[in-house]
Amino acid sequence: MEGEGERGRKRGGRVCCVCNKERASVKRPKTLQHMCRECFFNAFESEIHQVIIQNSLFIAGDRVAIGASGGKDSTVLAYVLSKLNRLHNYGLNLFLLSVDEGITGYRDDSLQTVHRNHLQYQLPLQVVSYKDLYGWTMDQIVDVIGFKNNCTFCGVFRRQALDRGAALLKVDKLVTGHNADDIAETVLLNLLRGDVARLSRCTSITTGEDGPIPRCKPFKYTLDYFSTECIYSPNAYRGFAREFIKDLERIRPRAILDIIKSGENFRISTTTKMPEQGTCQRCGYISSQKWCKACVLLDGLNRGLPKLGIGRSRGGVGSENGKESKVDKSIQGKQCGTLDF
Amino acid sequence: MPITPTTNGGLELLCDSKKIHNVNIEQQNGEGKLIMKDLLSWVRTNLIKERPEMFMKGDTVRPGVLVLVNDCDWELSGQLDTSLEEKDVVVFISTLHGG
Ligand SMILES: [Zn+2]
Ligand SMILES: [Zn+2]
Repeated sequence: MEGEGERGRKRGGRVCCVCNKERASVKRPKTLQHMCRECFFNAFESEIHQVIIQNSLFIAGDRVAIGASGGKDSTVLAYVLSKLNRLHNYGLNLFLLSVDEGITGYRDDSLQTVHRNHLQYQLPLQVVSYKDLYGWTMDQIVDVIGFKNNCTFCGVFRRQALDRGAALLKVDKLVTGHNADDIAETVLLNLLRGDVARLSRCTSITTGEDGPIPRCKPFKYTLDYFSTECIYSPNAYRGFAREFIKDLERIRPRAILDIIKSGENFRISTTTKMPEQGTCQRCGYISSQKWCKACVLLDGLNRGLPKLGIGRSRGGVGSENGKESKVDKSIQGKQCGTLDF
Repeated sequence: MPITPTTNGGLELLCDSKKIHNVNIEQQNGEGKLIMKDLLSWVRTNLIKERPEMFMKGDTVRPGVLVLVNDCDWELSGQLDTSLEEKDVVVFISTLHGG
C-alpha cells in the first residue's frame, strides 16, 4: 500500500539498519536491531539455515515430518523448511503431520490452516486423531474430567499421537516449532519440579535419538514473535512459567537464551539414577513404567476413574489396589499442569 | 476519528471472535489528538468482552501481545505515546497460547 510508507516517514519512522532504505517495521528481540520486513525475513531464514547446518539436523534423503498445529510457529516452520529445502537443496522429503485432538471450535480453525499449508507448500498431510488412536476426543475427555487437568491428558496424548503419526509416515525425523520461549519455559518447569533428568535433556536441539523417531527444534534459538500451541488451560502451572518468561523478555529478550544456556549447563552426576526406558506392556510405546502414561490415563477414563494417573493421589482416587497406587505415584509430578504451589 | 483495531492470534476470542473492528473514536482531550494509550483503554472498554487480563497488564498490553501500528512494531514508534491518525490500522496479536 502506498499510503503506508508515507505514514511512516511523516512520523519520523526509522530506516532499516540493514538496507538503509526501507522503513523499519520490527525491532528484533535478539539484537534489538530495527529492520524492514524484507531484511527481517532474510535474516530470520538465514539464521535457521545456519542452525540446521551447524547442528547437522538433517541428512540428504531424510523423510521429515513437520508437526503442524496450524498455529503460528508451525506455519512458519512449514514455510521456512520448504523454502530452505528448495533453496539449499537439503534433499528432504517433507510431510505435514497434524494431530486432531477433537476440540470443537478451537481446533477447527487451526486444522483449516494446516490444510491451507498443505496446499500452499504442496506438502503431503497426515492427520491423526485422538478419537481414532484412543477412542476419546478431547471434548469428551473434558466432559468427564473438567478443565482442571485437561493439559495433562493433552500433553501425554499429543506426544504419542505425533510419534504414531510419524511412524505411519515412516519418517526419519520429526521437527516441531518449539522456540526459545518454549524451551526456557520447560527448563524452568523442570527446575521447579526438580526433574534433573529432564533439565538438561530438554534443551537439546535434537531429542529422542535413542527412541523410534528423533525430534528436532530448528527454532531453538528463535526469539522472534511466535508462540507454540498448548491446548489452553489458562490456569495451568505452565501458564505461570510462561507469564514469567514473557515478563523477563520484555525487560531483556536475551534472558531467554540465558535460561536455555543454564539448562544446558546442568550436568547430571553419574550417581543420579536415570529412569530406564522400556516399552509399555499394553501398547508397546516407550515407557519407563509397566504401562505408559497414555495407557494409565486411558485406563482411568475407560473405567470411569478419570483422575487416575493425574498428580498426587488424593484420598482414595485411583487406588483400589496396591498396584495402581504405585503406578499413580510413580508418574506424579512429572506432567504439564500437575503441580500445586 | 476512524481507526481500525484488529485482534489476532487468539485475542479475537476475547471479542466475540471478531478480528477486524472499524470504529470511530472520540478524541479524549479537546486537542484532536489520539495516542495509543487512549486507544488501549478504549479497546479494553469497548471491544474486549471477556478476560481483559489476557489483553492488558497494568496500563499497557500484557507481555506477549505484539502491537503493530500500520504494520510497524509499536516499539519503533513510541509504544503508548504513539500518536494515531485517521484510518490507522492497529493490530494486536497474542503470542501466548490460545489467547
Ligand atoms: Zn531492510
Ligand atoms: Zn501404553
